[in-house]
Amino acid sequence: MTNPEMVESLIYEKPESLTDIGTHYCPGCTHGISHRLIAEVIDEMGAREDIIGIAPVGCAVFAYNYFNMDFAEAAHGRAPAMATGVKRVNPDKVVFTYQGDGDLASIGAAEILHATGRGENITVIFINNAIYGMTGGQMAPTTLPGQRTTSTPLGRDIELHGFPLRMCEILSQMDGAAYIVRRSLHDVAHIRKAKKALRTAFEVQRQGLGFSMVELLSSCPTNWNITAEDSLKWIETHMIPTYPLGDYKVHAALSVK
Amino acid sequence: MQTEIIFSGFGGQGALFAGQLMAYTALELDKHVTWFPSYGPEMRGGTAHCTVIISDEEIGSPVVTNPSVAVVMNLPSLDKYEPLVKPDGVLVVNSSLVDREAKRKDIEIVSVPANEIAEEMGEKRLANMILLGALLERLPILPADKVADALDRHIPEHRRSLLEPNLVAMKRGASVASG
Amino acid sequence: MAKELLKGNDAFAEAAIRAGCEAYFGYPITPQTEALEHMSKRMPELRRVFLQAESEVAAINMVYGAACAGVRTMTSSSSPGISLMMEGLSYIAGSEVPVVVVNVMRGGPGLGNIAPSQADYNQMVKGGGHGDYHPIVLAPATVQEMIDLTVEAFDLAEKYRTIVAILADGSLGQIMEPAELPPMQPVRKLKDRPSWALTGAKKRDPNIISSIYIDPVEEEKVNLRLMAKKAEIEANEVRFRELLLDDAEFAVVAFGTAGRIAQSAITEARAEGIKVGLMRPISLFPFPYERIHQLADEVKAMLVVEMNGGQMLEDVRLGVEGKVPVSFYGRMGGMVPMPEEVLEEIQKLARSVKN
Ligand SMILES: Cc1ncc(C[n+]2csc(CCOP(=O)(O)OP(=O)(O)O)c2C)c(N)n1
Repeated sequence: MTNPEMVESLIYEKPESLTDIGTHYCPGCTHGISHRLIAEVIDEMGAREDIIGIAPVGCAVFAYNYFNMDFAEAAHGRAPAMATGVKRVNPDKVVFTYQGDGDLASIGAAEILHATGRGENITVIFINNAIYGMTGGQMAPTTLPGQRTTSTPLGRDIELHGFPLRMCEILSQMDGAAYIVRRSLHDVAHIRKAKKALRTAFEVQRQGLGFSMVELLSSCPTNWNITAEDSLKWIETHMIPTYPLGDYKVHAALSVK
Repeated sequence: MQTEIIFSGFGGQGALFAGQLMAYTALELDKHVTWFPSYGPEMRGGTAHCTVIISDEEIGSPVVTNPSVAVVMNLPSLDKYEPLVKPDGVLVVNSSLVDREAKRKDIEIVSVPANEIAEEMGEKRLANMILLGALLERLPILPADKVADALDRHIPEHRRSLLEPNLVAMKRGASVASG
Repeated sequence: MAKELLKGNDAFAEAAIRAGCEAYFGYPITPQTEALEHMSKRMPELRRVFLQAESEVAAINMVYGAACAGVRTMTSSSSPGISLMMEGLSYIAGSEVPVVVVNVMRGGPGLGNIAPSQADYNQMVKGGGHGDYHPIVLAPATVQEMIDLTVEAFDLAEKYRTIVAILADGSLGQIMEPAELPPMQPVRKLKDRPSWALTGAKKRDPNIISSIYIDPVEEEKVNLRLMAKKAEIEANEVRFRELLLDDAEFAVVAFGTAGRIAQSAITEARAEGIKVGLMRPISLFPFPYERIHQLADEVKAMLVVEMNGGQMLEDVRLGVEGKVPVSFYGRMGGMVPMPEEVLEEIQKLARSVKN
């Protein structure tokens, strides 16, 4: 049946680090992109059998259905503590958490701070979508001033609800932090940069340099009440000004190939 | 007298709202009523159903295995609820979104191409009201004019422009059911 | 006031507002979140305090603080969140400040799911946090009871300076039913706050609220006081509802939603000629031990129905003291028993006793 005139070349393949199961994420949500980037990086590093993931409580609560590797599901916000336990008794494995902004910056603020403070040799992938997705769109610590959510029906009023937390800025102040960067998923160029950062973060862990975190500015069209397309624009126009992209901390000893 | 109605479809088809509207109407008629929704973590795309119980007496269980009525808006709902309707009960089927006939012989089956009618009317979100209209025509548990009053009172403000089309939709559904 | 069609979560939140709740602190969690959302809209409108805390640990301690200041305050959550509040609740109990907590229970243990459950009975009724204390625990079965018991909860909390917990399940949070809200009570004026409240020691000795008593002699006195309060609550605050028990040969004991479901099953069983009635405890602490004890003289056997593995069952058995057989039917993990299943258990019970 093969046509001798045509040469087949494979241009797209599902990473081995992902399972065949379709995700439950809403149309236009960038959780799927982050999953794929992580899986590609793990494939490229040949690390699939050496990696252990910790899923959060949030929309990514079922991440272990999609990643083809060992995984545990933490209590809300406690993934960095659980990862600590896994890593301390598996020092030669690569351990990562995958957490939303409510999980990481609200209920899990103590755990993330202390994992960083200890220079815990784990990698944290931080999905900042400025809202609580799973519970239906309440305010997150990263919700922008004025942003309407179901628990700030008139918009986030900084007098009542305080200011957004900038986790990269906060954690990069800590001595235990080895690699803290913020990237965005709103277009292809930025997605490529995000992938590079994920690779670097895992390398940091492999080199034993300490705590690494990649924050990914992400979309939630469902709870932002806008279209998928507009949600990508919204990241660019609204989130990036509050959460500037960049490298907040890079360990001096990091050697990148 | 107690009637149990299950309204079921994809999320976004308006099954929950149609059930709520029945509950509001029953309240205005001073009946006992419960509205119990399915609730789930999926924001989009899942199935949504609600159980409405309307009764002259205090209602015990808000859930039932065998409802007197099922209004099914899609194929998964037909597959799930057709076998469960009580004998002599009523099954209202949105024939636009199912590719098979209902099989039961011991219940009354009302088949309504709700999506086609809705599209004809230029507003596909009206399918739920078309089916409700059909149901109330076949099984007059609530007077249609009272349902219309309840809709007027409870339609969300930003949907008010849809009030008239909703009422017309109910009538269209009723005429299919009576024809 | 006329009846409205109200969702359980909105109803208890609004009832709390009407009862003069001045400060609400919470954290989103399904199937309770509508209550938090209701508060986020209504409390600022009324110039009262609403705050979404960073966690349930923080929320309960914010409530603790507001309670120390002498205002009516509450939080609400669902099972995993309530677990996080246990430390705070123990401190609140030790400090004897009035607090209202609503638990809209879901399937567990662990993250479990968001479906209706009654599996936090032991946690709430037996104390939950460390130390010897007993919150008053009230179990509604309808939206109207969600409202009425929430209002009562604030009064009881202040009367006994205790925690009052409303123990509902996911279906009660999500269901809509006609119900009547109470009239709006004004919030307490600053000058009317209790004498023990932290309002600034202006022209009086400082008020200290604490749960530390380093000297065991002193700590035991506090415990004795808590026990005396417990006895008083047991003597005065037992609540339950009975149905068709007058001529009953069998009794079903079930609380909350399981009670409603049992009620439907009992109606069916009566139609088949089985003489069965319902005993629905409303106060889970204080538990109606005495009434259960009497009931054991009136019926031939009892059936306990719960949405858990048999937690209230132990209390029923304590009340029955072995006088009649007590059987159990439970569904777990977010499964709700259907009336037919309960009917079948009633039929089994009736057969087993006749034979
Ligand atoms: C102790 C506890 N509190 C609350 C919840 C309910 N809950 C589940 S997910 C979630 C928020 C998730 O938001 P985020 O971390 O921003 O992730 P997203 O869903 O947006 O991806 C909350 C509050 C819970 N499961 N456990």
